[in-house]
Amino acid sequence: MTFSPELEARFTKLLASYPPGRTRSAVVPMLLYAQDEVGAVTQEVVEEVARRCSVTPLQVDEVIGYYSMLHRKPLGKYHVQVCTNIACQALGGEQLFEHACRALRLGNKEVSSDGLISLEEVECIGACSWAPAIQINYDFHHFVTPERFDQLISALRDGSYGRKAS
Amino acid sequence: MRYNDPSPLEVRVISQRFDLPDPASIDTYLANEGYVAIRKVLGMTPEAIIEELKTSSLRGRGGAGFPTGMKWSFVPRNTGKPTYIICNSDESEPGTCKDRLLMENDPHQLIEGMLIAGWTIKSNKGYIFIRGEYRYLIDIVDRAIAEAYERGYLGKNILGSGWDFDVYTHTGAGAYECGEESALLESLEGKRGVPRLKPPFPAVVGAFQSPTILNNCETFSSVPVIFRNGGAWYAELGTPKNGGTRLVCVSGHVNKPGVYELPMGFPIMRIIHEVCGGMRNGKKLKAVIPGGSSSPVLRADECDIPYDFDSLAKAKTMAGSGGIVVLDEDTDIVAVALRTMKFYAHESCGWCIPCREGTTWLKKILTRFHEGGGLPSDIDLIGELAGNMLGRTFCALGDAAAMPTGGFITKFRGEFEEYLNRQSAPEPAAPELVSIA
Amino acid sequence: MADPVKFTIDGQELQAAPGTLLINAAKKAGISIPSFCYYDDLSLQAACRMCLVEVEKTPKLQVACTLPVAEGMVVHTDSPQVRQARKGMVEFLLTNHPLDCPVCDKGGECELQDMVFRYGAGESRFRETKVHVDEKQWSPVVFYDAPRCILCYRCVRICGEGLGVSALGVGNRGVVSEIIPNAGDHLECDECGLCIDICPVGALTSGTYRYKTRPWEMEHIGTICTHCSNGCKTTLGVRNGDIIRANNRDHSGVNGEFLCIKGRYAFDFNEHPERLTAPLVRTNGELKPVSWAIALATVAKKFNELRARNGKFGVIGSNHTTNEENYVLQKFARQVLGTSNIDHHRTGDVATLLDALQGRANVLATTGGLLKTKAALVIDSDLAQEQPLLAFQLRANARLNKSHVYAITPGPVREDNYAKTARAELGKEFDVLDGWREQLAKEPELVILFGAAIKGEAIRRLVAFGDSLGIPVKYVCLVDYSNSRGASDMGLLPDLLPGYQPISNAALEPGLNADQILADPNLDALWVIGANPFVRQNLASRRAFLVVQDLFLTETARHADVVLPAASAYEKNGTVTNVCGDVQRLSRGAKTMGAKPDLEIFALLAREMRADLGVLTPEAVFSEIRSAVHGYDLPLLVLETGGAAPTAPVNGRVLFQAKPELIRSAGNTLFTSGTLGRYSQMLNSVMEAPGALYQDPHKEPVVQPGSVQVETIVSHG
Repeated sequence: MTFSPELEARFTKLLASYPPGRTRSAVVPMLLYAQDEVGAVTQEVVEEVARRCSVTPLQVDEVIGYYSMLHRKPLGKYHVQVCTNIACQALGGEQLFEHACRALRLGNKEVSSDGLISLEEVECIGACSWAPAIQINYDFHHFVTPERFDQLISALRDGSYGRKAS
Repeated sequence: MRYNDPSPLEVRVISQRFDLPDPASIDTYLANEGYVAIRKVLGMTPEAIIEELKTSSLRGRGGAGFPTGMKWSFVPRNTGKPTYIICNSDESEPGTCKDRLLMENDPHQLIEGMLIAGWTIKSNKGYIFIRGEYRYLIDIVDRAIAEAYERGYLGKNILGSGWDFDVYTHTGAGAYECGEESALLESLEGKRGVPRLKPPFPAVVGAFQSPTILNNCETFSSVPVIFRNGGAWYAELGTPKNGGTRLVCVSGHVNKPGVYELPMGFPIMRIIHEVCGGMRNGKKLKAVIPGGSSSPVLRADECDIPYDFDSLAKAKTMAGSGGIVVLDEDTDIVAVALRTMKFYAHESCGWCIPCREGTTWLKKILTRFHEGGGLPSDIDLIGELAGNMLGRTFCALGDAAAMPTGGFITKFRGEFEEYLNRQSAPEPAAPELVSIA
Repeated sequence: MADPVKFTIDGQELQAAPGTLLINAAKKAGISIPSFCYYDDLSLQAACRMCLVEVEKTPKLQVACTLPVAEGMVVHTDSPQVRQARKGMVEFLLTNHPLDCPVCDKGGECELQDMVFRYGAGESRFRETKVHVDEKQWSPVVFYDAPRCILCYRCVRICGEGLGVSALGVGNRGVVSEIIPNAGDHLECDECGLCIDICPVGALTSGTYRYKTRPWEMEHIGTICTHCSNGCKTTLGVRNGDIIRANNRDHSGVNGEFLCIKGRYAFDFNEHPERLTAPLVRTNGELKPVSWAIALATVAKKFNELRARNGKFGVIGSNHTTNEENYVLQKFARQVLGTSNIDHHRTGDVATLLDALQGRANVLATTGGLLKTKAALVIDSDLAQEQPLLAFQLRANARLNKSHVYAITPGPVREDNYAKTARAELGKEFDVLDGWREQLAKEPELVILFGAAIKGEAIRRLVAFGDSLGIPVKYVCLVDYSNSRGASDMGLLPDLLPGYQPISNAALEPGLNADQILADPNLDALWVIGANPFVRQNLASRRAFLVVQDLFLTETARHADVVLPAASAYEKNGTVTNVCGDVQRLSRGAKTMGAKPDLEIFALLAREMRADLGVLTPEAVFSEIRSAVHGYDLPLLVLETGGAAPTAPVNGRVLFQAKPELIRSAGNTLFTSGTLGRYSQMLNSVMEAPGALYQDPHKEPVVQPGSVQVETIVSHG
């Protein structure tokens, strides 16, 4: 399989960045970047990454199961990740997650039927001093109140998310 | 961006460029003493470099607080193998968000720190292992790396020294355990992030089975200023054996949570009340988790101590990764203990029995306890199970889960007992054995 | 060697070589330190934490499986702290391990049960819900029950490090970690079941054995696998005369850890529904069951008649029958029937090798020797498929002792992964060898293993090549079946007596070989014992009286006038000689009503024919072999205790007429075993399973004619 020219360029650079004979090192980055483009780590992606990195598909399977950001099934177009770890918990992270479940009518790790939004309760994302925090795909949002959360979701739904500074 | 206002009490050494316009650019860096240290270091011997580092009493900022100069001195020379410089930017310890700022606002400082390490052991390759969630930082750091190549600070024949050094970013994909240095190396090699058997330590057999300097992002970022201003100058900033400044990440129930650069040994109570503007809503302080979620909790009455490695060790906890979680009187300690254990159960790699099974069992007991199904015997059981993990797991994750749990149980036993009293449901009785006479 | 270090374990002052792991040093002193993940000769894990011990002056308990002993170390393996730690570990393990021991195959043989028995608590403090995952079937022979798995990673390591297959890995993370197969939802592997044998609990279970019995209901009988020539010991679990399972129970055979699919699962031919249980005699053109008395009388009468009128006999013996049976058979043919027309399906040119070596001592490699030799060279054999134990030994030796392995083969082989290998069309092997001469000559010693394509002159050329290296060289002539070597040693050959003695010693003329027997239009009788020659060649003689002794109504037996139902190797006592010439004992495990061991059939027939062949019990015949056959004067103690005794069957030239064209390997794969294999439902089912490897027993040549391709995969620096 082939990827977009940008991703192909990234992969070429990636494979060249490790010492000779160490293409296996590219497995984790390649899976994550491919997932970002394809939407999931499909069997086709597994076999392609295995081929490019000169490993067995089993070695790729072992990695996929290990890393929590790698998913075999597609997430929503917008993956909403609510941190509830201790720093966020102290400032209402758990309540925010409950609010998110109600607002999105989704449970943990569920995807909306239209495939637009998925929700996940995540471990610490490194925004403790600006809690409670969420990530939408790779974007951080700090000091998120339920109201702010609802605004963000509206923006996801009406397509205005990302067009204005968030 | 820094996301919180600075405090006048800060001593801005490694965060000095954070609030400058376009802080991540090489021009900003060069205009503010950037890449000065490496020019100096290129004229120094490895022994002199390590001596200077030892003088600075810089200690690892990742969690363990191991003296950096000593760590570098363990790398064997002339093994005939290539050597590597690895930056641990897998920042995942709950309560910690400083490496993010260092990479976002001053990536060249990190690159320069790695350059100095590289020159010390004549390494030609460095990797910055960045957690997968920090995707935007990969773009920022990659841009900085490209700038450094353009200006001759990376690549071939750096500054005419005849020495080559390349730096690459490498992304994780969601695994706390990869912050453990040997697990990070496994992950860098494309494997599951399961820690390695030690010894050998990474200094001897590290990345790609070769000698390796592996340090935390903040540790590398602290190196250039040491060589600009001298190890003695740096050491003076802190307390004995705890040199310099560190970025403390204050979160929780304070008025002004944030990341602040403070000299080592700055008192915790002053951090809360002076740097962070005191407790939110005038509430009383109940407890402080002083060094990320792995560190045993301090009761309010134990918090009147300086914030450095040795003072916290004396208080039977640790400064760890610099993440201070401040908890007020309304905090439900059982809920905090549960959330902490949920985290470790989720992040246990599963390699060894006590960590894999212990964290999950504790999570289940605490969940039941928190939901009102606790038994009086649970309190001691939690403590005993944590004790059965402590010091017996393959890597430090088991300890990281066991230590805070033990802390919550011993220091806030009353709160756990309170839970039992509140509970309406009667204790589920074990079924009676039927005796057939 | 460095001086030994001195240390103390539980008050005993001990010594061991530097670097010895504490767990092994303790074991040597009779102190058992419990462990799940530690396993001899596999990589270290330190995962189960059962082996924690107290080392004085060290604050934390230490892991004995990874800690080398050190000078002055004082260790306590049974202190209260250690006992408490073990109890804690077992308690942790049991939190998610289902307590379904009453229905678990492993119950009674389970290391976790034993560990709980020794170190566990009396009652459980675990009140929560256990993690449950449904059991999975990965292949016809391998099932995996994740909740029972304690994640010791033995299976992963034996498959990767031991077999070189790497079909198992670890999936997921944390408490839901589990073992995963290499093809998504199923395995594509050797189906050897080593993962099942090595599993300390009932997580990996066997397709043939699961839910059949309790281990203590079986008798455990160690015997030798009847399939390939490697001679692995397999322990038959027998209940009421039926074989319920075969496994590698005590690792006491030449095979150590190893057993392949055939040794472990392909015993099921024994109870195949088509197994013959009564003699058959052709009446009005049809084979009809009769009593043994009638069948034997029919054969004896005919044989005596033919003997009286000097009729022409032909005898084709077996690659599976015992040395005793083969010895008696050739004696029967030569002394009673008065014929030298005796042969068997020859699968390797052993006689030529022995002649080329001219009786030199120490030139035949033993099975155990393959684990120790500094270097080995494989020619024209896909060892992992055709000689799986030998492949395992060479791999283990390379891994553990850094021995060098070389291979020259027509197609890709598993040795490509770790050895120096080259592709060469059959007949072009020496082109590669000449190029390797210099490197091979630098090895301190060498074992050369060669397949059936190297025969006749090529063997002489190979021995000359070996001599030219100027280093000690030993040889293994690879043969196909469990007693192929024994058939040759015992003189199932038209021009050689037992021990490769010239036929003239018995004042006889050389007889017809197998091809000639089958092609002779004037043959009066053909006696086939445990062979199926008609698969390849029809019988030319229309008048020949055909007697067949076999387990099944094979293509050959179908044409017989009399069929005598024979017992299988698992139903008899005796000895067999493996590919390296190691002699081992068979022990009778199962019984099939109506069938008789071939030796017993010979005895009954001799009596019926009023011929005297002496006492025909396995013990009596073996003692005759010991005195009559050169090289078979073997230590009885070794054999009686289940050991393997190497033979050296010649001490000079072998005088015979070389017939390289008669050497034909059956080309079995890991999943085939000649005619016998066709009656194993398990072997058939793995070939039909999704993604089955090794389907085609008649491999196409991979290399184009005329080409030689050398590729160095691993350079031995």
